[in-house]
Amino acid sequence: MQNHLTFTFELDGREVEAHPDETIWEIANRQDNQLPHLCYLPKPGYRADGNCRACMVEIEGERVLAASCIRKPAPGMKVLTGSERAESARKLVFEMLAADQPSKEIAHDPDSRFWQWTDYLQPLTDRMPTRKSPEPDPSHPAMRVYLDACIHCNLCVRACREVQVNDVIGMAYRGHHSKIVFDFDDPMGNSTCVACGECVQACPTGALVESTLVDRNGINRQLQLDEVESVCPYCGVGCQITYQINDNKIHAVQGRDGPANKNRLCVKGRFGFDYVSHRHRLTKPLIRRSDVEKNADIEVNPSDPSSHFREAEWDEALDFAAKGFREILEQVGSAGLAGFGSAKGSNEEAYLVQKLVRTGFGTNNVDHCTRLCHASSVAALLEGIGSGAVTAPFTACEESDVIIVIGANPTENHPVAATFFKQAKQQGKDLIVMDPRGTSLSRHATHMLQFKPGTDVALLNALLHVIIDEDIYDHEYVSRFTEGFENLKRHIKQFAPEEMSEICGIDADILRLVARKFATAQRGIIFWGMGISQHTHGTDNARCLIALATITGQVGRPGTGLHPLRGQNNVQGASDAGLIPMMFPDYQAVDSENIRSRFEDAWGTSLDPAKGLTVVEIMDAVHAGQIHGMYVMGENPAMSDPDVHHAREALAKLQHLVVQDLFMTETAFHADVVLPASAWPEKNGTVTNTNRQVQMGRMALELPGDARQDWWIIQEIARRLGLNWNYSGPADVYVEMASLMPSLDNISWDRLYAESAVTYPCDAPDVAGKEIVFGDGFPTETGRAKLVPASIIPPDEVPDEEYPMVLTTGRQLEHWHTGAMTRRATVLDEIEPEAVASISPNQLKELGIQPGEMISILTRRGKIDIKTRSDAAIPGGVVFIPFCYAEAAANMLTNPALDPTGKIPEFKYCAARIERIPVV
Amino acid sequence: MVADRTEVARPRHPGQGLTRHSSTPKGRQVDQDCVAELRELLGDVPLRRDLLIEHLHVIQDHYGCLHSDRLVALAHMMRLALSEVYETATFYAHFDIVAEDENLPPPITIRVCDSLTCEMFGAQELLQNLRSEFEPGVRVVRAPCMGRCDTAPTVEIGHNHIDNASVSAIANAIEAKEIEPTIPKYENFDSYRSNDGYSLLKDCQKGRKTPDELIALLQDSPLRGLGGAGFPTGLKWKIVRGYEGPRLMAVNADEGEPGTFKDRYYLEREPHRFLEGVLIAAWVVEAQTVYIYLRDEYPAVRKILLCEIEAVRQAGLLNGVDVELRRGAGAYICGEESSMIESIEGKRGLPRHRPPYVAENGIFNRPTLVQNVETLYWVRDIVEKGGEWFASHGRNGSKGLRSYSVSGRIAEPGVKLAPAGITVRELIDEFCGGMLPGHQFKAYLPGGASGGILPASMDNLPLDFGQLEQYGCFVGSHAVVILSDQDNTKDAALNLMRFFEDESCGQCTPCRVGTEKSVKLMERNQWDTLLLKDIGQAMADASICGLGQAAANPLLSVMKFFPDEVECKTT
Repeated sequence: MQNHLTFTFELDGREVEAHPDETIWEIANRQDNQLPHLCYLPKPGYRADGNCRACMVEIEGERVLAASCIRKPAPGMKVLTGSERAESARKLVFEMLAADQPSKEIAHDPDSRFWQWTDYLQPLTDRMPTRKSPEPDPSHPAMRVYLDACIHCNLCVRACREVQVNDVIGMAYRGHHSKIVFDFDDPMGNSTCVACGECVQACPTGALVESTLVDRNGINRQLQLDEVESVCPYCGVGCQITYQINDNKIHAVQGRDGPANKNRLCVKGRFGFDYVSHRHRLTKPLIRRSDVEKNADIEVNPSDPSSHFREAEWDEALDFAAKGFREILEQVGSAGLAGFGSAKGSNEEAYLVQKLVRTGFGTNNVDHCTRLCHASSVAALLEGIGSGAVTAPFTACEESDVIIVIGANPTENHPVAATFFKQAKQQGKDLIVMDPRGTSLSRHATHMLQFKPGTDVALLNALLHVIIDEDIYDHEYVSRFTEGFENLKRHIKQFAPEEMSEICGIDADILRLVARKFATAQRGIIFWGMGISQHTHGTDNARCLIALATITGQVGRPGTGLHPLRGQNNVQGASDAGLIPMMFPDYQAVDSENIRSRFEDAWGTSLDPAKGLTVVEIMDAVHAGQIHGMYVMGENPAMSDPDVHHAREALAKLQHLVVQDLFMTETAFHADVVLPASAWPEKNGTVTNTNRQVQMGRMALELPGDARQDWWIIQEIARRLGLNWNYSGPADVYVEMASLMPSLDNISWDRLYAESAVTYPCDAPDVAGKEIVFGDGFPTETGRAKLVPASIIPPDEVPDEEYPMVLTTGRQLEHWHTGAMTRRATVLDEIEPEAVASISPNQLKELGIQPGEMISILTRRGKIDIKTRSDAAIPGGVVFIPFCYAEAAANMLTNPALDPTGKIPEFKYCAARIERIPVV
Repeated sequence: MVADRTEVARPRHPGQGLTRHSSTPKGRQVDQDCVAELRELLGDVPLRRDLLIEHLHVIQDHYGCLHSDRLVALAHMMRLALSEVYETATFYAHFDIVAEDENLPPPITIRVCDSLTCEMFGAQELLQNLRSEFEPGVRVVRAPCMGRCDTAPTVEIGHNHIDNASVSAIANAIEAKEIEPTIPKYENFDSYRSNDGYSLLKDCQKGRKTPDELIALLQDSPLRGLGGAGFPTGLKWKIVRGYEGPRLMAVNADEGEPGTFKDRYYLEREPHRFLEGVLIAAWVVEAQTVYIYLRDEYPAVRKILLCEIEAVRQAGLLNGVDVELRRGAGAYICGEESSMIESIEGKRGLPRHRPPYVAENGIFNRPTLVQNVETLYWVRDIVEKGGEWFASHGRNGSKGLRSYSVSGRIAEPGVKLAPAGITVRELIDEFCGGMLPGHQFKAYLPGGASGGILPASMDNLPLDFGQLEQYGCFVGSHAVVILSDQDNTKDAALNLMRFFEDESCGQCTPCRVGTEKSVKLMERNQWDTLLLKDIGQAMADASICGLGQAAANPLLSVMKFFPDEVECKTT
């Protein structure tokens, strides 16, 4: 690398210094001479393509002009950006392109880069003959395709193929017949398009445009759009966004250059925001009518809850909510209460909820949905390396040589993270995908290990066996930074790939090859998702991954690490903030006297010394008559818990249930009080993504009706429970929270407001946080990683004659969690409007079921009716159901059996039976 | 589709559910039966990306088209995105993509060459007559130059070329189901061997010659790249050899420049003289693999090369070098060396930006020697007879021998091996038997479609590299088309612009839009010469590759040299 060496050349008669990797365009731009550009987008991920010829310059001694966006100068070269020849060529390019454009008055985007430059250059008009205009393609609910404005610059192709690597858009045909196509020239809405919208964000003409910004005739609505910078409220990737607002409404969302997304977004983050103004939105506090009874099967119409609730003023509702808790405290004491916070809220809200439960309820019975996602991963990580967070951001894969993605479907669940994995593969890195389902990532995989469901430990132990048996582990790393290696070595002897092959269904040769690749890679990194964690052996699975990374020394360096892909936008932050029954903020154990007394001092009250109950345990405790009252802020256990009928029975059995949410959720059906809260675009607050990046969310919209800020609601309840809270807003809460959380050292609210994102841990207020941690040991007692051997434990409920299939559950791209938000987002609802069960085409054929046919799926817990989807990615004998659909709730079927350590239910595996619905 | 009987009342849920759910994941789904069918058809071939076009040919040949279901299956098998397969397949003229709701093309396709010489000899009329005679049972389409201009007009039925075509000859061929290429008589392996063939190669392989020795010898000879660019051959070998290996080689046998047919001429007569040149060049630059990229318009040559390369392989002369014969698919642009490389990689033939040059960064981004067929054809002679022998030929200050493809209004069209630097007048008089009876020499194309048009008054210019540029013309592939007083240069320029419009890859604005606008403007009775000059200048200055840069040459020449015709309204 000699990139620090510069040289000089002549630019418009002046000596200019240049780096060898700079283009003429970049250098000119540096000199405040921005040359016209259309196909060139100076943004992360976009290579120059030099095809539009809008940026031509003249180089002395060369026969033809050069595209400055792609041409690098050489020492001594003489470049003229303003020569008559260059200027007339550029102008003629614009004249030719403008000839085929709809006129600016009826443009799809009159503020596009194309029109800005055309206005600036003022090419001649009306000289050129025009071509026949292509027809518009309105087939997609979110985007319109107007190829009459297409200038064939192929930015959308690069957006789709090189930036997002979704590979849908192509430039087909040839010459002046060249045409932007989706797949096989299919309508966009019928194609494999995943609606990430990257092409719309890249298009310089408005040929691809958000449907919301144009009228029926494709003419831009010319809205005055205000912009507010924030962060996406959906998954744990934490994409930074810019809301574009007019009249208290979000009309469009653009990706920002955040550390986790580099301007990229997915369909949810770009098109999934109109839920905030959905007609179901709660805008008045509701109190349950005294004349309706509670039962598990109750259904409330979300657009008209008056069958079960009456509206109330805030004072009455808050008084009523608090009174119910006080009564239980008086009757049965603190153990009778529990609270759920939310990983969808801010860090500040999470902190307040756990503080309310701990200081107001006097119990540690506080948890949130992390229990259902990665509790086992966090348990194994805390046990093994002393920290529950990732050791490296997912963007570290850019520097890896071998990338393992196991038990994760990032193209659906972490779509923007997946773009980095796919890009790494494009750059020649080995991408090893291990998953029982053939995810869409598998097309990109160097190796796809589609193992039998539930056999993770067999597979991973086989890899460990090869690495130890073939002596390709990192001896020095093992001796310096691990403990328990000898024990692991003894244990792993019995897991030879030749033996494990039959169990996991992967050839021994492949197991050996993959193990060698990872062990001998300069830099290897492991990503995993809930395919690892949501098993009764979830903690064991994660232990194997920790062993795999540590015995090969693949931790703590650039391009290496352990990274559980966190689910919710703030699941890392909510856990950090203490929404965990056994830990105060920053994973400080509640049963440690030292720690507890510190928090008692800080909060000015005595605290419960006993660990609290977890999500599923709380529901069991309700059934057992131990818990009588609950406060549920932004969670929906009536959809997300396993064996959800059991959970709904528990909710219905509660003496007092307070639900704080945006909508009449399935959980709120059972509430005594429902408090209308704030949606993410309506509030300020911080969230922490899967990469440990704390990011600032900003308020863009006014609250609708009588809805209130969540922090305010929590504080009002706290006050009514006798707590002397006087926070003036999220910033105030953050200051207190940060004072109790060493992880937030040097990350002040003001800093976050200014920088939008800071990674923790961070050593000083003016330096960047540490992206890669544990280069020199682990925060365990010994400073070493603890290797914990895992044995093969079969799933809790395996198929048998009566229930011959395996049911596995998860999420899908368009819908978030229990669907409360996304099913009310127009675009997302239109793309995925109802519940589906995915089954392999062959299996459907065997069962004599047509794709799309309604079937019943039964397990020992329950039965749902659902439509089928024929999906070749699903292996035989397996049915996959997303758990977001209320009308066919997958969790009616799931097995509540828990992992003994992480207390996470086995969402990924239970026995099921399919029945055709008889003809009526 | 879901049967009605299975519809049940939709339970309440938060969604509006305005659309129907999809019974499959997004987009087209793979039909496993198609996959099985293609596995059977393709056999045990590697499913590498660079072989995409080869596989598309196998499917097109077998089914007569590319059905979209099969393309989905192929994409799945090759682990390519649908868009990658589709954009490649649609780029090439010889692939017929058939969507599920479209009819299959008729079993026989007649391609009628309508490039300049064939058009001068009645291609348009023939096209009309064939259409009314044979459609719809047979498909009749127009096609660009087939490299048989000396026997114009030419058509191709299936893969069978009919020279000096007439409706009756074509009817007979269809009747007799003659749709396979006729293999001309050529010098086969044994015959070439018996004339001391491949001894030079053996000398090289046995170390009796050194690469540097050959490079020096070629550098001393006036051998230049005869594909059209005229880059000194010895120097090119030296440059490529100077880059760190592994190195590759590509032979450009995509002779598509209208008017040019010399490479076909040699390949159909002396394939081994060519192949020996290939293997010597590969030996000099130590190329691991040689890709011979042959245009699909030369099916007879393909058969010859397949057979003869195998003979060379059997004789143990390849010496570890892989020789892969790759088949073009109907795209003139792939004669541009970097487009050809893209096509060899299995992609659309889009020219690359330079620098870097292909010598450094070619196939799979490796250093690559790219040579034209004829250039390699001369290697053995020059090494054996010496550079001086080659240099001893030449006229008007030029050195060497050149193969001029001459067609048009002359008595004896054909490939004329003549001294470099010969003038068009000398060529007509000494090599072509003069003009056709009744025709007066009026104008000539010195270098195919892109080399511009010169008036008969400028019949004394040496036809060599670097001699015609000052007039906005060039000799290129030495394809000389002679126009007479019965031809209209304005019409000729339009024919050529239409060709470029068809064959533009579409990558850059000046060429994609410039050719399209120019055609529309040139079709008008009155030419807007100012605008056409502006467009022509922008194309010449700002296009990425030689196609666009040269596409306006005929147009600009006609405006410069035949102003009277431009002023006239076109008939």
